[in-house]
Amino acid sequence: MKAKGDLNVIVTGVGGQGNVLLTQLIGQVLVRAGYHVTIGETYGSSQRGGSVMSHLRLSRQAPYGPLVPYGRADVILGLEPMETLRVLGQYGNRGVTVVTNSRPSYPLAVASGMASYPTIEEIVDALERLSSRAWLIDATDIALELGAPIVANIVMLGALVGAGLLPLTTEEFEMGFRESLSNERLDLNLKAFRRGVKEIEAGAMTDRPAAEQLAKKSGPAT
Amino acid sequence: MNIVPLEPVVARLLMGNEAIARGAVEAGIGFASAYPGTPSSEIIGTLAKVAKDADIYVEWSTNEKVALEAATAASFAGVRAVVAMKQNGLNVALDFLMCVTLPGTNAGIVLIMCDDPGALSSTNEQDSRPAAKWAELPLLEPATVQEAKDMTKWAFELSEELKIPCLMRSVTRLSHARGDVRLGESELLAKEARFAPSPPQAYLSTPFIEKHNILHEKIDRAREIFESSPFNWYAGPERPDLLIITSGSGWYYSLEAVTVLGLEKSVGILKLGTTWPLPERLVLEHLSRTEKVLVVEEVAPFLEGNIKELVGETLSLFDRLTFYGKRSGHIPSSGELNPDLVIQAVSAVLGKETAVDHDYASEAQKLTGQLVQPRRLSFCAGCPHRATFWSLNNALKLDGRGGFVMGDIGCYTMAVGPTGWNLLETNLSMGSGAGMACGFGKLDRFGFRQPVLAVCGDSTFFHAAIPALINGVYNQSNFTLLILDNGATAMTGFQPHPGTGVTASGEPTPSVGLETLCRSLGIEVEVVDPFDLEATTQKLLNLMDRGGGVRVLISRRECALVKAKTQRAAYKMRVDRDKCLGRNCGCARLCTRVFLCPGLIWDNQGQTAKIDEATCTGCGVCADICPASAIIREAASP
Repeated sequence: MKAKGDLNVIVTGVGGQGNVLLTQLIGQVLVRAGYHVTIGETYGSSQRGGSVMSHLRLSRQAPYGPLVPYGRADVILGLEPMETLRVLGQYGNRGVTVVTNSRPSYPLAVASGMASYPTIEEIVDALERLSSRAWLIDATDIALELGAPIVANIVMLGALVGAGLLPLTTEEFEMGFRESLSNERLDLNLKAFRRGVKEIEAGAMTDRPAAEQLAKKSGPAT
Repeated sequence: MNIVPLEPVVARLLMGNEAIARGAVEAGIGFASAYPGTPSSEIIGTLAKVAKDADIYVEWSTNEKVALEAATAASFAGVRAVVAMKQNGLNVALDFLMCVTLPGTNAGIVLIMCDDPGALSSTNEQDSRPAAKWAELPLLEPATVQEAKDMTKWAFELSEELKIPCLMRSVTRLSHARGDVRLGESELLAKEARFAPSPPQAYLSTPFIEKHNILHEKIDRAREIFESSPFNWYAGPERPDLLIITSGSGWYYSLEAVTVLGLEKSVGILKLGTTWPLPERLVLEHLSRTEKVLVVEEVAPFLEGNIKELVGETLSLFDRLTFYGKRSGHIPSSGELNPDLVIQAVSAVLGKETAVDHDYASEAQKLTGQLVQPRRLSFCAGCPHRATFWSLNNALKLDGRGGFVMGDIGCYTMAVGPTGWNLLETNLSMGSGAGMACGFGKLDRFGFRQPVLAVCGDSTFFHAAIPALINGVYNQSNFTLLILDNGATAMTGFQPHPGTGVTASGEPTPSVGLETLCRSLGIEVEVVDPFDLEATTQKLLNLMDRGGGVRVLISRRECALVKAKTQRAAYKMRVDRDKCLGRNCGCARLCTRVFLCPGLIWDNQGQTAKIDEATCTGCGVCADICPASAIIREAASP
């Protein structure tokens, strides 16, 4: 069986959200901290509106293969809510923890008016039923506030680290940023990361009016 | 990532293809060539970035055969060389590969074949490994990112020792995986090139029979070396109830299956890194200690067949031996492998249940299944291909004679689906659209009257469409070739090609002009901007109507993703909600339902079309398709 401390993390989203880069950044910081890391990426259609999923598996003892078996994710980091549900259906289990962005990116069938997107209530309900803990983060809104929608993924990383779901501190990640980012990008990314950490500290599941009731009920949903 | 200055010993997170590139750098290569193809492209792409630092000549060749020929020249002259290609590319290079085996090579030369099980980004899912047996060349299969680096480095020594090219097979799940890699020192080879065959003309294939026999001796020597290779190992009990023999990506999945099922004490894994020629003594030794064998490998039963062949020759050694694998149906014979498929196979062979929480799994699948929608692929917002295919669709309908389009390989292959109005009838091999058009265009004597069109991209044109075009001219075929010139090999990551005026390492170079080349063949060539829908449609109609001989239309617009890197949007788009009649317009939502640009969405609340400002690239094309003139182009703010 899996050794203590080993972790299966799945980062999911759609093409263009920075999924692959984000997972790479997490992996680099973990490798620097002495972990074995394997990342498997599914991104055949990354630039063309397709689903993009990265499996990140870490261990102190020995590297794992690039794919998490079905039903064996420990943590799901979702950059897009429908993609979070898609992964949850295949890789979820009673113990899984979910941190997901709340902002939808519509599939072509929805954008063209042929299909509908799940409501926020349906999403929250599914998260509560299928995970042990879940956070819904308005990462895209926060990123837009910061003036750069692309850093939504870094807000999500802040939330993931802030929730204590990776065996590393916020300081270790900030150090990782300092080593890998240019000065002009560093400031924005640090801001985005810290906002994500703060979202978790505030314990808010979501501040959208439609989900207010559900949010109050659930803090992080249990 | 710049892989050259990375210090040895320290672990770094590398992509499988970066690890292969690093292995080549550590081996002291001086020459690298390839034609891009998923999942192989990052190998040469990574080397191109460090060409100066590592003193390597790196090129994007026009096709895989030229890439292999060029690299072989470096080997002949004493410089180590690496060539990389996807499985389809290997077919292009095979003609040369199958012959260079006879004279053999000089300095180490390694051919990396990257297979795409499941055809995630390919037109087939062929297994490249039988090529090693067919060509009689040694084959290595790395299982981990670390091994990809280590094995690549060693492959050059092996090639140099045996004086033949060494083949290495990767798959998507290795090439596009990332893992921590402990780096090694780089060999400090004096890179000096000199062509001095010894004896003279040593690189001729003659005398054939003698050289064929020498090739067999080389393969026998490879087998001997493989018997004690550190890339083959066994883990498990001395007499396992089940022996798993596996290679490449199958190894991690097998390990996972044994661990998940808690079978460490009863199931053993023989992991082979050197799979052709088979290290026979090693395999026989392990076969003799079990009665059940499961072979786990990706795509074809290559290893399985070779092991059975060996057992067939040594039947007297075995009382009882049962094989499980692809032939028995325990491992699928098509599609990608994954840990769950191997868990199922091991469970089935040993009659053991897997621990699955069925209640949770069925609720999770039911609940999410109701909520999630598939994500269909589409051309990017602002993609010139969407505009070209829009005009092509209209032109075919206006022409009305049953004209049809042969497809080819590139981003535009997506026009097999709704994003390109299902216009493409084929997507087979590079350049095959033009080749098949040649044939259709000669069927008139049998009553054939339909207009024939073929499309290909600019890079595909250079790769394989030129001989077909010349064939069409020579044999007076009757078709229109549409070259979709977006200025890059976009599908595989925007690599430059002979038409771009830039080399792999970013140096300026003369560009080969598409129209100059075509006109030199005596072909009538028209050039059009696909964003001008009216002119494109009219030119297509004219060319189809003309009949007789080969015509070329070059549809030229830079790839939207490339353009976005350096230029701002041409227009700011908006929908005039007073003018948009929504469902009441006779257009039946032409823009959001048919044109299918991700930048243009249906607003269910407002019941009109709407621009998605985060996605729209401001190309302005949709303004021309709206019959109510409700989509407005405005000057983009500077």
